[in-house]
Amino acid sequence: MNNHNGPLFHISKRKNLLWYQAWAIRGAAILLALIACAAITTLLTGENPLNVYATIFRGAFGTTRKIWILLQNMSILLCISLAVTPAFRMRFWNIGAEGQVLVGGLATAACMICLGGRLPNWALILLMIVCSLLAGAVWGLIPAFFKAKWNTNETLFTLMMNYVATQLVAYFVIIWEVPKGAGKIGIINQNSMAGWLPQIGGQKYLLNVLVVAVITVLVYIYLNYTKHGYEISVVGESERTARYVGIKVGKVILRTMALSGALCGLAGLLLVGGTDHTVTTTIAGGRGFTAVMVSWLAKFDPLVMIFTTFLLVFLDRGAGEISTVFGFNQSFADILTGVILFFIIGSEFFIRYRLSFRKIAKKED
Amino acid sequence: MKKAIALILALVMCFALAACGSENKSNDPSMKVGFIFLHDENSTYDLNFINAAKAACNELGVEYVLRTNIPEGQECYNAAAELVDDGCTVIFADSFGHEDYMIQAAKEFPKVQFCHATGTKAHTEKLANYHNAFASIYEGRYLAGIAAGMKLNEMIDAGQFTADEAKMGYVGAFTYAEVISGYTSFFLGARSVCPTVTMEVTFTGSWYDETAEKEGATKLIQNGCKLISQHADSMGAPTACETAGIPNISYNGSTQKACPNTFIVSSRIDWTPYFKFAIQAAQKGEDIPYDWTGTLATGSVVLTDVNEPAAAPGTVEALADARAALEAGTLHVFDINTFTVGGEALSSYLADIDTDPAYTPDTEVIADGYFHESEFRSAPAFDVQIDGISLLDTAF
Repeated sequence: MNNHNGPLFHISKRKNLLWYQAWAIRGAAILLALIACAAITTLLTGENPLNVYATIFRGAFGTTRKIWILLQNMSILLCISLAVTPAFRMRFWNIGAEGQVLVGGLATAACMICLGGRLPNWALILLMIVCSLLAGAVWGLIPAFFKAKWNTNETLFTLMMNYVATQLVAYFVIIWEVPKGAGKIGIINQNSMAGWLPQIGGQKYLLNVLVVAVITVLVYIYLNYTKHGYEISVVGESERTARYVGIKVGKVILRTMALSGALCGLAGLLLVGGTDHTVTTTIAGGRGFTAVMVSWLAKFDPLVMIFTTFLLVFLDRGAGEISTVFGFNQSFADILTGVILFFIIGSEFFIRYRLSFRKIAKKED
Repeated sequence: MKKAIALILALVMCFALAACGSENKSNDPSMKVGFIFLHDENSTYDLNFINAAKAACNELGVEYVLRTNIPEGQECYNAAAELVDDGCTVIFADSFGHEDYMIQAAKEFPKVQFCHATGTKAHTEKLANYHNAFASIYEGRYLAGIAAGMKLNEMIDAGQFTADEAKMGYVGAFTYAEVISGYTSFFLGARSVCPTVTMEVTFTGSWYDETAEKEGATKLIQNGCKLISQHADSMGAPTACETAGIPNISYNGSTQKACPNTFIVSSRIDWTPYFKFAIQAAQKGEDIPYDWTGTLATGSVVLTDVNEPAAAPGTVEALADARAALEAGTLHVFDINTFTVGGEALSSYLADIDTDPAYTPDTEVIADGYFHESEFRSAPAFDVQIDGISLLDTAF
């Protein structure tokens, strides 16, 4: 065959790669990303890139406390990622996790502020759990209802619900602010600790980590081994097929979004009741959107999500450390994170497709 | 495959070696100071703190760690605890919303001194290692106000507008005592030289929101304000003024570089004296008071150089005279003879000095003919709406 006048390279779909081949490509991508980051670091700052990498590691793992913070940040991000996953499997693009977390947190804070000291603590915490899950579920159900009933665009709808939630929190912050006019609530019940979720073994973040670990397993089982999970997959593959086999699509959409929202509400509960003990408009910190990436990178597999969550939180914590140690602006850390993510996401392309170059083809002839 | 593994192993070894690298050395290895900032040097407010932190630590020869972009949540507690792990024995935080998390850390680490700028709770929490600090910045605002009033007079004399049209605009963050105290003292300074002046205030609902601050300033300019000042931390208002050619009295530091034609003067708090005081007290094992209020005399309240081409002639001299009177105690910013509330003089006022969720007024702050600002606690407490100032919105 003569390829002299053919294109320089062409792209063809690969046959399914063996798992280790796929991971080899991913490993190579990370390695290339590190080299690219090293080049950028040296060119822009003159710092030794190895020092920078070591600092990233220290930022994530340097002390016991740093490891706990890493685990805590992971559990919140993972919880939100788990929350959006059932909806994503259904091809329902819930990008309203940020808002669902906020209303969950707001409901928690409302219970703590209005009922703290008036109810026994166990009753208060029970109420916080119910209210936060319910608030998140309602926030997820509203766009789901419109989708199921009138087939509205869920991406725009859930996105706009985020802004409504943010404004709602802003409104209540002004009502509950301390001192007057300060625009912040501060730690709720700092001295009485009413409504604070209990600490396990004196560890501030252990409860959150355990709760999310259990949720991870439950979501995995729910999606892979239950009738509901199967229905979600069928609706995601094809709504028509789902209808044909007798699945009530509208019901599945509503049920799944209620679950998705409730899990986001849970994340809000863990944030407000478990760690921060306050509510602000920025308490979700963009994690509702980062969760989309976590879920996609893991191809909607809850167990793989543990790793993708780790990757993002690790980079984030490391990036913070860089800005502290080297006095760089936070933006520099963001650049490095961006480069690494670019390579990792890009590697998925090479796992699915093969690049064939003209020269190579010639040699093989 | 083997090659790849070898390569990865080599890389890991490099990390391990690099991790053993040494840290920065300093004169006093026994002392390490940590700082927590809400934003980074892109915020004028944080930049002012960062510069002071570096100056104080370099002057005292102590090692320091700066943590930037720390939100007002659990992250602040985490950052404080990490700084303790890192060996810091004095830790400062610069943002109002950091306070509760600093208190949480102070309770957990009693051997470390926690100093919080702008907070209000130290004198009621009564922890031996938790302290608030502020400065009598209302005096700086008053002086800056005099520069503003003189500029208005100059424009009136030049026939640009009549004395009755002399209206200033002010972009504030929240309807919080610190902001109210700031714009009122600024206004009183201006009115002390330009008696017909009035002022409009708008609020952004954020300490740092460049877009909202710019829009706020633009709105005020469109409303007919002839001069703008602000209490919010971005370059939003100053740049809006430069674009519109409206004189600006800045805050937190000079904005002359970005606004050469409209910048007149800026008041700011220089935190270096407090940082030095607290670090030295910790070094000697001496107590740091619950509240520390810097003044003109301690060098905590400062004005930048006056931008002479933009300012009215004689501004520098007038500011020096007023400053001397303030320092001598013959002039008081909140003299009850210089302002009215609802048409009447304010002869008695209970302020909410001890912070509580119900905002209970608890302390009489008027005595000897003036409002005693920053005396019962370091953070400002003047939250009275005086005549002559109109608030455009009070949503925040």
